[in-house]
Amino acid sequence: MSILLNKNTNILVQGITGSEGSFHTEQMIEYGSKVVCGVTPGKGGQKVTMKELPVFNSIHDAKKEFQIDATVIFVPPRFAAKAIMEAIQENIELIVCISEGIPIRDMVTVKNMLDKSASTLIGPNCPGVITAEESKIGITPGFICKKGSVGILSRSGTLTYEAIDQVVNVGLGITTAVGIGGDPVIGSSMIDILKHFQNDDDTKGIVMIGEIGGNMENDAARWVKENLNKPVVSFIAGQTAPKGKRMGHAGAIISEGSETAEAKIKILKECGISVANTVSEIGITMKSLIG
Amino acid sequence: MKIHEYQAKEVLKKFNVPIQEGYVIDSSKDIDNTIKKVQADFHTESVIVKAQIHAGGRGKGGGVKYCPTFEDAQNAANTILGMNLITHQTGPEGKMVNKILITEALDIEKEYYFAITFDRSKNSDVFIVSSEGGVDIEEVAENNPEKIIKAWIDDSTNSLDNAVKEIITSLSLEKFQNVEEMFKNLYKCYLESDCSLLEVNPLVSTTDQEIIALDAKVDIDSNALFRHPEIATYHDKSEEDPLELKATEYGLNYIKLDGNVGCMVNGAGLAMATMDIVKYCGGEPANFLDVGGAANVETIKNGFKIILSDKNVKSILINIFGGIVRCDRVANGVIEAVKELELDVVVVVRLQGTNAKLAKKILDESDIKLISAETIDEAAKKAVEMIK
Repeated sequence: MSILLNKNTNILVQGITGSEGSFHTEQMIEYGSKVVCGVTPGKGGQKVTMKELPVFNSIHDAKKEFQIDATVIFVPPRFAAKAIMEAIQENIELIVCISEGIPIRDMVTVKNMLDKSASTLIGPNCPGVITAEESKIGITPGFICKKGSVGILSRSGTLTYEAIDQVVNVGLGITTAVGIGGDPVIGSSMIDILKHFQNDDDTKGIVMIGEIGGNMENDAARWVKENLNKPVVSFIAGQTAPKGKRMGHAGAIISEGSETAEAKIKILKECGISVANTVSEIGITMKSLIG
Repeated sequence: MKIHEYQAKEVLKKFNVPIQEGYVIDSSKDIDNTIKKVQADFHTESVIVKAQIHAGGRGKGGGVKYCPTFEDAQNAANTILGMNLITHQTGPEGKMVNKILITEALDIEKEYYFAITFDRSKNSDVFIVSSEGGVDIEEVAENNPEKIIKAWIDDSTNSLDNAVKEIITSLSLEKFQNVEEMFKNLYKCYLESDCSLLEVNPLVSTTDQEIIALDAKVDIDSNALFRHPEIATYHDKSEEDPLELKATEYGLNYIKLDGNVGCMVNGAGLAMATMDIVKYCGGEPANFLDVGGAANVETIKNGFKIILSDKNVKSILINIFGGIVRCDRVANGVIEAVKELELDVVVVVRLQGTNAKLAKKILDESDIKLISAETIDEAAKKAVEMIK
């Protein structure tokens, strides 16, 4: 078992003819992902990658020939919101948006539309989703993953990789790792992903990586305390971050007291979550709980 | 992106929001003419001289002066233009005032606080208002939180109408004409200009029974500037840290801090986590630096240049998680950059990911002075200990 994604998930790539889109399509196929086709408006009819995947002008056209379970978006930020909305309109179950730099206003519109739909959006500004030894949607390096018992969710890309690597190195391995994205408005919150892991029997423990800015970690901590019966290890990046400075991610900026790393760590601990002191202790902390 | 008060007022004016009028200048030779022009155009004897910098607390720092006469205005303008203004938001080093705004002086009846921003937890915009205007709103929030009123605007029907009614009632502004329209225009301005913050402090009622924006602070979502070419030209580079600006030109994300352990990392989250572990090991990080997903020779070289422009830096910790990028290539890039730049600080390198073992071998066998480490923990300890 896994969450969101497995080896049978049929994947479409939006922006498949771009340099990032085509490169990562090859990478995904190499990992074992079942990529079936792509979309680039105006380039319908082309064949791309070693596998000669068909390109369509729209998801609507692609759906006439393929069953599509998931889509991954590699389009420039100014067109990305439109791409997400097209996928929502076409009722795609899982939408993963990798693009970074989408205006907040566009994402607010997307989020309002998403809330009234049955689609799940991961991202934007995220590395995507990977289910170990089965399939990946996005840019997570596949070779670091080994099948195991830990679910990972994170607001940061490279910290997702770091957590996977550590969990694998202590001998636990992962079920699925989800990078939810570093923007202020994202499709799926920490709680949304925790719910999936809660229902997955193979996931015995969960690593939840947060950072400064917003209150998502605080909400998730309270939800864990009330609802979750699996051990959670957390890490919050940004203890040394100064107030009012945006630390790379658009969402990583402290604007009120509860958004600091210190405040979040306090709440997480109060809710019974083990918080790793440093980034290098994520794996061993999880090992001490379920090893 | 932050913009100046006078620019924010230009934006508000386009949306028919009544503002306190005036003219901006950047040269002392224009002072006399401009004061006269403000007096004539806006039918006022007294004027206000306001320093234009990207920081709050200008009044308390001596950057805003009420001037009843022409001579007062001349003196104030000559003092403020070119002064080094220190406020609680500029830091102790202060900021040079390169521009001043000379405005009409209004007869104020009452001052209010008004802002619109985005509330992440509710995925909605929110009006934040208070009858305690013209003062530091953070102090009001701490001492009199009940005096801060919030009204959220979501995508449901009548949500904006209801929120506007709510703030008008809570501030008792019913008697003023067109006030409802003005709040709606402010919201329209916020939406259509892709503001992340629109703050008017104070919003005032005058003895002529008008509601006017006396000040304005507008932050624009940098990711949306492609839709606003005219606002993009408002970018004032002199307001930014020169090193941070240089890093942006290189496509790097850099923020200077006060420590002496320089950090070069790929990914924002990992960069913060690296700074944190430096501190945990007893050191002080000198900076945040995210070199982005694809760390290559060029980005690493530029990263070194930026970090080393900060003379406090005694050691540099490089922490790269090579995903798509192979670590052996990163290692060769580091060696090439160190050689070319003739570095004389301690460099500790930790590479993890594809070909990490090969990368470590390359680093260990190179003839340059480098310390390699396998874990972040080990790398941070070394970077801190080597300079003690």
